[in-house]
Amino acid sequence: MRELALNVMDITQNSISAGATLIHITVEESASKDRLSIAVEDNGCGMTEEQVRSVIDPFYTTRTTRKVGLGVPLFKMEAEMTGGSFRIDSEKGKGTKLLAEFVPSHVDMIPLGNITDTIFLLITCNPELDFVYRRVKEEAEFVLDTRELRKILGEDAPLNAPEVAQWLKGYLEEQTELLEGGNSI
Amino acid sequence: MEDRMEIKTAGRAEEQLKEKLTVSALAEALGAEWLVEGEKERIIQAGYVCDLLSWAMARLPEGAAWMTVMGNLNAVAVCSLKDGACIVLTDSAPLDENARARAEIEEIPILRVEAGAYETALRLGELLRKTP
Repeated sequence: MRELALNVMDITQNSISAGATLIHITVEESASKDRLSIAVEDNGCGMTEEQVRSVIDPFYTTRTTRKVGLGVPLFKMEAEMTGGSFRIDSEKGKGTKLLAEFVPSHVDMIPLGNITDTIFLLITCNPELDFVYRRVKEEAEFVLDTRELRKILGEDAPLNAPEVAQWLKGYLEEQTELLEGGNSI
Repeated sequence: MEDRMEIKTAGRAEEQLKEKLTVSALAEALGAEWLVEGEKERIIQAGYVCDLLSWAMARLPEGAAWMTVMGNLNAVAVCSLKDGACIVLTDSAPLDENARARAEIEEIPILRVEAGAYETALRLGELLRKTP
């Protein structure tokens, strides 16, 4: 895809389809180590070993409307094309963790893109789910945990209420800017 | 005399072909190497050039000859999903073994040429213009 942020959107939809109620999304960047890693971890229904093997095959899909599923295979390919790596750890009934590591200096590296918008959309379009978004850059990091947010807001204010959504967007943008110090990949 | 010959040649180049362009006819015209025969008499209705698979997944026209350097399993999946007519690997790009095996199953023809995508697409464009 043109931006890795679009892959994150796509991959996280799998967690949602797997019935997850809590999804951790972690984006870690290190210019000194020349690494960018993206992890998506959920507490959804999980997969058997055989299912894990088959999701990296584009001709496998749980959909019945078409015989091809490319979300995971493309994400894996994009990581490996940069000299990075890709792995899925999953346990039936427990959940799934997907980790993609990229080498940003590689010429085939796809830009991270607007990950802030992706996270914002995921939270506000799925207000019944919890997300823990952790963004790390070198030694600095910030975390957005919607469970914490819920405690503060109380049960009556959903995460997609206009005022909450506006605050969320502002918070994400502000924290990202602080972390990037005006420079983005 | 020489002038007239040139005109005659040019006239022939504009000649309409009687039959629609098939993958076999394209392979012959390009002098391409056959990697997978598949549905080789499939009619080519369009051409498409792109190496970003997610992009091609949204845009590859049905019945298109797809010129790319991505000779992997995901490219075969995209071609299958979008019902492309064939994959033409340009710049002598390699084809992965698992991609070749899957293309056999899916009956997706795969050709390979030494020329780049631009030159190949120009040639395809010429051929398509001449077909009914």
